[in-house]
Amino acid sequence: MLHYLARRLAASLLILLGVSIVTFGLTFMIPADPVAMIAGRNSTPQMRDNIRIQLGLDKPIPEQYARYLGRLVTGNLGMSYARKSEVGPLVVSRLPPTLLLMLGAIIAELLIGIPAGIYAATRRGRFADKAAMTLSFVSVSTPQFVLGLTLLYLFAYLWNWFPLGGYGKLSNLILPALTLGLAGGGWYSRMMRSSMIEVLRNDYIRTARAKGMSEWRVTMKHGFRNAILPIVAMIGLDVGIFMSGVVVVENVFGWPGIGQLMWQAIQSLDIPVIMGVTIVAACFIVLGNLIADLVSPLIDPRIRSR
Amino acid sequence: MGDTWKRFRGDKLAIVGLVVIFIFAMAAIFAPVIAPYNPTEQFFDGLTDEGSPLPPGWRFWFGTDTNGRDQFSRLLFGAQTSLLIGIVANGIAVTIGTALGLVAGYMRGWTGASIMRLTDLMMAFPPLLLAIALAAILKPGLNIVILVIALVNWVQIARVIYTETVSLSEREYIEAARALGAGNGRILLRHLLPHLIPTVIVYATLGIATTVLLEAMLSFLGRGVQPPTPAWGMMIFESQSYFLNAPWLVFIPGAAILILALAFNLVGDGLRDALDPTQRGRG
Repeated sequence: MLHYLARRLAASLLILLGVSIVTFGLTFMIPADPVAMIAGRNSTPQMRDNIRIQLGLDKPIPEQYARYLGRLVTGNLGMSYARKSEVGPLVVSRLPPTLLLMLGAIIAELLIGIPAGIYAATRRGRFADKAAMTLSFVSVSTPQFVLGLTLLYLFAYLWNWFPLGGYGKLSNLILPALTLGLAGGGWYSRMMRSSMIEVLRNDYIRTARAKGMSEWRVTMKHGFRNAILPIVAMIGLDVGIFMSGVVVVENVFGWPGIGQLMWQAIQSLDIPVIMGVTIVAACFIVLGNLIADLVSPLIDPRIRSR
Repeated sequence: MGDTWKRFRGDKLAIVGLVVIFIFAMAAIFAPVIAPYNPTEQFFDGLTDEGSPLPPGWRFWFGTDTNGRDQFSRLLFGAQTSLLIGIVANGIAVTIGTALGLVAGYMRGWTGASIMRLTDLMMAFPPLLLAIALAAILKPGLNIVILVIALVNWVQIARVIYTETVSLSEREYIEAARALGAGNGRILLRHLLPHLIPTVIVYATLGIATTVLLEAMLSFLGRGVQPPTPAWGMMIFESQSYFLNAPWLVFIPGAAILILALAFNLVGDGLRDALDPTQRGRG
């Protein structure tokens, strides 16, 4: 187990190193010359040379990369063009709302997906099963911004059940969490259904039935507890999927997280912020995958021996 | 092949999906003929006296947008954008993904490992964020959107093809082909690729749904195709501030995105069942 853990950890660090190389490479593709941007129009060649040396842009590329990596490791993500403040603290200050939203979305998708999947599995091949599986396709085919705006229109504007966006109360969280989590609920319902069908095929289920146990108890006690495990292992992977969704969802609901920060940075083409959010999001994804990797062998010991 | 079609035909939802795709494709191809108005023309009578967009009615079937342009005509031309990007960008992604997955699964060793580590790296980036970062650095436009989406979307299919190639490569007929002196290129193209075609078709179809949604998100964020080219996501972005007074400006293009993505998902799922009956009812 320790060996497995060390290997996954090393792999994660390697991926983060790769992430830094990609983002470093991307900054070279920016057509605007950073030196000209800082120096301004009326600068002399002498001034521009000074700035170039100050930024370290006169050094060979490997050395520039080493400096870049050094800055990243210490949490220095550069300066925002639009806000004149450091990107690192800016992103960190916007993280808690986003993490809260993701937690809400995870709860929403599990509350939708698991009951729907169990229900479909126990009604396999019948109308309810087909309806649930078709709905799961509808949920993964719905653009999140359309879903968010529709929920806002119906539940906040027309019926006044929830506030029109905002942050701070539980009632603010429900609609955005539902918007972010619905598609995941669709996926989980499909996975839960097939996992449940798989489990219900086992001999111990037949034994339980033969003992005269009620179908409800067989499903919940023996079926559910085993079928849920592969689903739990997947939750860590949701982080990556949500990181794309929050840009859209936070914008629609005025949720003050990194998604909204990203949206504002896109509108003003604030590239340091765009890169900063991308790097932080990548770190969370790698962490989420690592957690998924570490949880899987605890759940299914067969993975450990691989 | 006949059996496959027979199984596919039995899947009513997949057939509905196919019909929907056909209708959207026709609408896109014949948009210049069908559209009642020029999609970029701003009509004097396209706004109310207060300057608000018009609701759906006889003159403008789906109403007008905040600039007094005909929504129905814009929707038709938007179908061109969605389908063009969906098919071309995904086609490139599937080609890259299949080629890399095939090579990685067959070669293994150093080549295979480096290709698979590259997919690991790509998976560390949220697709939308990477697409935005690329689109922000490069100048947005149709070609760039296609390129960006292709660069982001090849990963999943590469991993699927890799897994299948690894298990196929261990089959005896591959060993036999090698023993008979077949070169690597011949084994890849003549002995492995044909067996992977069903998987490629399924993922290519499902991938169009993903691509349509990603394009819509990018254009909703203003980083997709640029005006005046109509795109559904952009139509929603432009009318977002008017949304509560003119909800049809969001609902109609929103429904178009949903229906097109759903159609490709249903057809893809139907193909998966039809091409691989052993998987039936398990997914």
